[in-house]
Amino acid sequence: MSANTGRHPLFLPVILVGGLIFGFGLGFSQMARPEVVLNFLTFEDLGLLFVMGGGSVVAGLAFWLVPHLRDGAPLTGRSYKRRLKSFDRRVLVGGSIFGVGWGLAGICPGAAYASLGVGNWPILYAIAGMFLGAYVQGVWRSHRADDSASPTPSDD
Amino acid sequence: MLSGLLGLEAFFPNGVSHYAIGGLLVGLGTAVIYYGTGIPAGASTFLESTLSYVSDRDRFQQYRASRDWRVVFTVGIVLGAAVYAVLFQGGAWTTEVAPWRLFVGGTLVGVGTRVGKGCTSGHGICGVGSVSRTSIVGVATFMLVAIVTANIVAALGVTP
Repeated sequence: MSANTGRHPLFLPVILVGGLIFGFGLGFSQMARPEVVLNFLTFEDLGLLFVMGGGSVVAGLAFWLVPHLRDGAPLTGRSYKRRLKSFDRRVLVGGSIFGVGWGLAGICPGAAYASLGVGNWPILYAIAGMFLGAYVQGVWRSHRADDSASPTPSDD
Repeated sequence: MLSGLLGLEAFFPNGVSHYAIGGLLVGLGTAVIYYGTGIPAGASTFLESTLSYVSDRDRFQQYRASRDWRVVFTVGIVLGAAVYAVLFQGGAWTTEVAPWRLFVGGTLVGVGTRVGKGCTSGHGICGVGSVSRTSIVGVATFMLVAIVTANIVAALGVTP
C-alpha cells in the first residue's frame, strides 16, 4: 500500500475531504482575506489568534490521541509520527523572509489557495509570486552542494 | 460576552466565534488526513512539489511521490473555501490590497516558506500541534517579522 505500488482507493478521497474541511475553515475564519491578516498584524483585530490557536489545538489533540488508538494509518500503513523538523539557521532566515512577505501581502500559502476559492481572483498575483519564489530558491539551492546532501522531502 | 466582561472587545471588534470555529475546522481537516494517512499535511510543499511537473531539477523531483495528492489537497482547499463563499459569503469577494504587494509579498513567502521548512499551516498548525521546538521558533520568527513589516508598511501610509 505504499505510494509506489498502488494506494488504497480511499487515499485521495480522504485527502480531498480533509482539504475541503481545511479550506472551508480558512474561508469561515476570514483568514483567506489579506485585510484580516493585516489587521491582525497591526493589532487592530487579534481574532486570528483563535484561528491558529484553534487549529493547532485540534491538530495537536489528534497527533496525541490517534497514536493511542491505532498502530498505523488505515490507508497507508504509515506509523503515526510527530512532525519534527531539524532546527538550523535556515528556520530563522526563511522564517524572516516569510515574515516580510506575510507582513507585506497578508497572505500565506494555505490562505492564498482558499482566497481563490472565495472568489478573490487578484490573489493570483500572490500565488504566481509564491511559485516564482519557490522556483528561485529551488534553483539557487540546487547550485549549492551542501544543500543537496540534506534534502528534506517529507510526507510522501 | 466573555470578551465584554474582560474588556477585550477593543482587540476583537469582529468577535471571536467565526475565528475560533474556522480554526477548529482547519485543525479538523488536518486531523482527518492524519488519521487516514499518517501524514501531517502542510500547504506550502505544494509549491515545490507542483514545480516537479514542469522542472526536471532534482530539487523539485524529490517531491514526485507526493505531488499528486498535494494537488488534490490544494484543490480541496480551494473548493472548501468556495463552498463557504456560496453558503455564507453571498458571492465572490475580492481584496483591495494592491497587486504589487500581493506579488512581491507572495514571492518572499514562496522563498521564505521553502527555506524555512514550513508555513503557517506546516509550522503553525502541524508543527505547533506536535510541540515541535523548531516549528515554535519558526512561528515566533515569522510572526515577529511580519508584525514589524506590517506596521512599517502601515506607518509609511501604504494603503491598501
